[in-house]
Amino acid sequence: MQSQYLKVRNQSLLVKLVGISGFMFIFAVLVLPPMYEVLCDLTGLNGKVSLKQFDIGARSGDTAERMITVQFVADVDPKADWAFKPKTRSMKVFIGQTHQTSFFVRNPNREAVITQAIPSVSPAQATLYLKKAQCFCFEQQQLAAGEAKEMGLIFYVDPDIPEHLTTITLAYRLYDITDRMKPSIAETGESEHV
Amino acid sequence: MGDHHKPSGIKRWLLTTNHKDIGSMYLIFSLVMFLIGGVMALVIRAELMFPGLQLVDPNFFNQMTTVHGLVMVFGAVMPAFVGLANWLIPMMIGAPDMALPRMNNWSFWILPFAFTILISSVITSALGGPSAPNFGWTFYAPLSTTYGPASTDFFIFSVHLMGISSIMGAINVIVTIFNLRAPGMTLMKMPLFVWTWLITAYLLIAVMPVLAGAVTMMLTDRHFGTSFFDAAGGGDPVLFQHIFWFFGHPEVYIMILPSFGVVSSILPTFARKPLFGYSSMVYATASIAFLSFVVWAHHMFTVGMPLAGNLFFMYMTMLIAVPTGVKVFNWVATMWKGSMTFEVPMLFSLAFVILFTIGGLSGLMLAITPVDQQYHDTYFVVAHFHYVLVSGAIFGIIAGVYYWLPKWTGVMFNETLAKWHFWSSVITVNILFFPMHFVGLAGMPRRIPDYALQFADFNFLISLGGFGFGLSQLFLVAVVWQACFKRKGKAVTDQVWESAEGLEWTLPSPAPYHSFTTPPLVK
Ligand SMILES: [Cu+2]
Repeated sequence: MQSQYLKVRNQSLLVKLVGISGFMFIFAVLVLPPMYEVLCDLTGLNGKVSLKQFDIGARSGDTAERMITVQFVADVDPKADWAFKPKTRSMKVFIGQTHQTSFFVRNPNREAVITQAIPSVSPAQATLYLKKAQCFCFEQQQLAAGEAKEMGLIFYVDPDIPEHLTTITLAYRLYDITDRMKPSIAETGESEHV
Repeated sequence: MGDHHKPSGIKRWLLTTNHKDIGSMYLIFSLVMFLIGGVMALVIRAELMFPGLQLVDPNFFNQMTTVHGLVMVFGAVMPAFVGLANWLIPMMIGAPDMALPRMNNWSFWILPFAFTILISSVITSALGGPSAPNFGWTFYAPLSTTYGPASTDFFIFSVHLMGISSIMGAINVIVTIFNLRAPGMTLMKMPLFVWTWLITAYLLIAVMPVLAGAVTMMLTDRHFGTSFFDAAGGGDPVLFQHIFWFFGHPEVYIMILPSFGVVSSILPTFARKPLFGYSSMVYATASIAFLSFVVWAHHMFTVGMPLAGNLFFMYMTMLIAVPTGVKVFNWVATMWKGSMTFEVPMLFSLAFVILFTIGGLSGLMLAITPVDQQYHDTYFVVAHFHYVLVSGAIFGIIAGVYYWLPKWTGVMFNETLAKWHFWSSVITVNILFFPMHFVGLAGMPRRIPDYALQFADFNFLISLGGFGFGLSQLFLVAVVWQACFKRKGKAVTDQVWESAEGLEWTLPSPAPYHSFTTPPLVK
């Protein structure tokens, strides 16, 4: 019933509209997540601390007259049963000075695991000002069966941190990434054949 | 084209490409889903009628809140709008049918499969099997990824199907409106229902793919080792909320704009005055749609955004009150000094204007960041979105059904039963949702099967309202049954309502199988 002319017009509009929805799908899956990642890195919006190592020498001057409380929280992947806790729960530190602390972890099981610690800072506003010179979260940690170890952390609080922040919390969650890493273990020939 | 010979029996419905057949199927499907989703709501209200746990275990309660939401949003409200669009848009713009009739058939027939998949997991669960989706209709990660039950994959597949269906429906609407308007029907002469649907269709093709993207990322997180929303692999669960609400806020306007269009058609008829401020209505709808893309994080004021972010989303959200206010004032001005009569479609439209405005005002309260910290995830939020969705979107749909039903069937429906439907609905809907504001402000959290004792009396009252509202809908079923299947009632004229205007009222009643085979001339 439709004329040839109308058919062509309908089809060209159809193709355009399908194009818009295809574009929006790709936008959601391939553009939004990296965009969010970049935005969070720039602003510290989601409390995700950058895994970048800061040079202690690059600190912007010592302003040792202000103090701030830094709390440490540790917990583990709900699927895992390792013991993981901070050496101290809370420290009062001078802003701008380097401090050192550590976390204890123990793997009570018979299997070796690979773990990754994911840090998070709250309030999120403090994220950009907590800088780490050394952290166990910079790399994956291998835990042999029954192994216990102490993992170090060296950090300082940037003097530019807004005055109204008096307490910041650094939380780590330790995740089991053994499965994720399996292929790379296979490459180095460490894993048994299944 | 001479005689149309349509196949008979089930094949007529399976193979039909006729806009009226497809519209009817959409509307009936939506009514069935409305009743199924309603039964789930009644399970929720029965459990909450008394403090303590008595009927269902908490996990099943969670499945009810989840699937009730999904069924009502994607199964009841959205298909009802597409059904109305199918029936009315060709008749309103002087077209013979929808522009892409085969795709139209396809977009409908996907829906029963999508919902069979979703609801089968609930039936399995009710019969003692594994859990149905239980993470809320917003399916936040990691509840739906790391902790989601196995049936989550059914849910993901069914959301994909719903998405494809509504995108195809929307494309069809846009192509029909752009290419099939009768000569002389310029864009600014289109009835407001057509305008609101055109804008809704654009919202649909912009955000349904985003929803599809979100569930796809969930799927790959669950099974293919990606970490979009998994902190262990460097992802972020909050990203899920951003993507979901980037879809979700435009989605709430998808669920209200066509109702704005319906009410803007009905009020002028029964006030016997032309619509006040037609072009401002069009611009207001367009600005609402535009603003809907920059307010999504008002659902996330408690995730710890920086102050600048909170303020931006707060102001943008409050800005939406301006075009919405333009609409409400236009409706009031349309009725001002009109010769109003109160037939059933008008009654539902009046209830819409008043009750939707209440929902809009509580929305404005929720937009204020500092107080939202208190309101977040309480029954106040539940009260707000049920005012805009039940007494807003659904009352709009019901008003539209009563308004155009005589045109569709050729007979006047049973007005006494319909008035019973109106009065019982409008009273019980307020008993059901109004006290939720109070318990919410007092701190009763949503999505929890038990509550503190001080909320007992209000919850008892709310549940009574809920059962009343549920039963009231049986009047609607009776009216539709009598009018559509029994054809009971006196025959109506072509115009049906004394001062109804628009091309659809120039067609005979009941509307012929093919609408305008020769295009009418619009002056
Ligand atoms: Cu919103």
